[in-house]
Amino acid sequence: MSATSARPSPAAQPSGSAFILKKALISALVALVLFSLMIGIRTEAGPQGGLIYWTRFGDLAALVGTVFGGSIIIELLRQWWGPVDKDRIVPKPVQSAMSFAGRWLAPALLVFTFLVPVIFYNQRYILDLSILVLTYVMLGWGLNVVVGLAGLLDLGYVAFYAVGAYSYALLATNFGLSFWVCLPLAGILAAFWGVLLGFPVLRLRGDYLAIVTLAFGEIIRLVIINWQSLTGGPNGVSGIPRPTMFGIPLTPGDDGLAAKLGIEFSPTHRLVFLFYLILAMALLTNWVTIRLRRLPIGRAWEALREDEVACRALGINTTTTKLTAFATGAMFGGFAGAFFATRQGFISPESFTFQESALVLAIVVLGGMGSQLGVALAALTMIGGFELFRGLDQYRMLVFGIAMVLLMIWRPRGLIGHRAPTVFLERNQAISSDLVKEGHG
Amino acid sequence: MDYFAQQLINGLVLGSIYGLIAIGYTMVYGIVGMINFAHGDIFMIGGFIALISFLVLVSLGLTAIPLILLIVLLVSMAITALYGWTIERIAYRPLRHSFRLAPMLSAIGMSFVLTNFSQVSQGARVKPVPPIITGGYTLHEGSQGFAVQLSNIQIMVVLATIVLLALFTWLVSRTRLGRDMRACEQDQTMAALLGVDVDRTISMTFVIGAALAAVAGMMYLLYYGLVDFFMGFVAGIKAFTAAVLGGIGSLPGAMLGGLAIGLIETFWSAYFSVEYKDVAAFSILIVVLIFMPTGLLGRPEVEKV
Repeated sequence: MSATSARPSPAAQPSGSAFILKKALISALVALVLFSLMIGIRTEAGPQGGLIYWTRFGDLAALVGTVFGGSIIIELLRQWWGPVDKDRIVPKPVQSAMSFAGRWLAPALLVFTFLVPVIFYNQRYILDLSILVLTYVMLGWGLNVVVGLAGLLDLGYVAFYAVGAYSYALLATNFGLSFWVCLPLAGILAAFWGVLLGFPVLRLRGDYLAIVTLAFGEIIRLVIINWQSLTGGPNGVSGIPRPTMFGIPLTPGDDGLAAKLGIEFSPTHRLVFLFYLILAMALLTNWVTIRLRRLPIGRAWEALREDEVACRALGINTTTTKLTAFATGAMFGGFAGAFFATRQGFISPESFTFQESALVLAIVVLGGMGSQLGVALAALTMIGGFELFRGLDQYRMLVFGIAMVLLMIWRPRGLIGHRAPTVFLERNQAISSDLVKEGHG
Repeated sequence: MDYFAQQLINGLVLGSIYGLIAIGYTMVYGIVGMINFAHGDIFMIGGFIALISFLVLVSLGLTAIPLILLIVLLVSMAITALYGWTIERIAYRPLRHSFRLAPMLSAIGMSFVLTNFSQVSQGARVKPVPPIITGGYTLHEGSQGFAVQLSNIQIMVVLATIVLLALFTWLVSRTRLGRDMRACEQDQTMAALLGVDVDRTISMTFVIGAALAAVAGMMYLLYYGLVDFFMGFVAGIKAFTAAVLGGIGSLPGAMLGGLAIGLIETFWSAYFSVEYKDVAAFSILIVVLIFMPTGLLGRPEVEKV
């Protein structure tokens, strides 16, 4: 199929069992060649230092058989379901039910989130997981300002997360400053680094911007690893103080919150406190973003995403617009980093790899760029779904990668592909994101 | 001076390997306009396939080194090229007309898949190989007992790079496929209207890029004597940096950028600090891009409203 021709209708596509069988055979043959050496033969360093190998032809046969069977099933499903990107006519009742659900999903989700510590009070694992999900929701909302609103592709967002985490960890362990003093400081420092990164990249477009932000993220990580005297290098920083409830520590001692309130101490209290802390921080991010979108600066971001040249022609200062987007996004990343440091009590460069940046970017894109609800749902899907595979251990990242590819093929525009315009004429209506051009900032 | 000359040789060899990988990035970017994040991992797969096929050939009782090397080269190029083709079919073709970030994320996902596929199937430990090509020449006997050495493997890496580059330049400028590629780079729609099979051309781009990456992987294996599942990420970022530094989309730029990154890295570790060699490479990238926003040999983009 050429680049321009329309997708052939299902009827024009060859079908029948012979075709399916031929396709499955080709897939199996390709799989056989691909996996022949990588799966069929296993190498390992032997006891004398040389390499030894042994064969695993059984595994290879099983895998090729799976590809053969899977190919037949996928082809059958495809013939039954039709082309993926075809517009399907949704019946009226379903449409109205969906729009009803869409209107109430966000408030319902918010109420449910508030109630999570009440419902799952005794399930430490679920509380831990929800704190993790909320951290990624906050990171996603922070990056959404840069990627979703301003259309600037940032592959090094984790650098600001790291700056925030290390700012808090170092200030707290070296100078004994409390979490509530360090939180704004971490945000300011991260925003400062955002501006610092923003300056050189102002003139760059699209993919050049992507590689510079990626390089920046790597530079920050490498400096953290190698500047041993300050950051502890690969060993990280440990003994980071836990957050206090405005000066009152959540400890079992006499001056702890439990003793002051006259209730029995339980370690769950701190978890619940952390839960509401990150929830408040995430909601603050969301609120600020929504407010900013209505202000001239937020509209300038969105205009920049749609068309930079037109933006300049209209007299918008693209320099300050880009810088504020970088700084705002970085600041929220810094806040999230400080929270991460206080929750873990220990940080090391391993937590700030490119993989994290890719994960947060995946959340933003999968959520549908610019959609606040979409980002929250995507964080829930990705982090929650990722947790389902914890038992698979070493296959986890493999499954995660496959899921990322499949989700992109299935929904390239993200889960929520509609955008509600901030400015509208007479009537507010959602715009399908297929009509919206992505930024080339 | 001797020390400098030795570092120059080392830097050029490293730069050749980066250049070979960078061509894959630049080609795909020039034609499809996407960053193939999985390309570094294709290089890693190429290294692994070279290692395994080498091991099998030796244990089968083959002793003639040139014959072994030739078979290993052909096998790793063929299988790795098939990896490139499959990845394009599965992860990139369905997203070709999608918006810009979607294929990029699917490429990042593919990169995770390849890294972890190799970790699961071959284990996480570093695989060492004994030196296969030994010997070399002493170019200059230094005064303090420091001699400038040029080993046979270094000669081989540079020679392979030159031969492949010549072959590749011929392919792009003289063959039907090369003409199709250049046509698709200009305008895919127009090329399709004029009878160019765009899908096939893009597939071939991935195949050739992967084959070049496989050669780079094999050279890396021979030169450093080891492969591991994570080497694709680091080498991939460096090669991508090289492609951007040279001006992404430009073939001579990719080679130039690769050599530049190799030299910067080698000289920085020789004269300043080994720990910060990557920081130096990335910082110089940022500095170059500030002054030349489209890289050293890149063409400035003209944007219309």
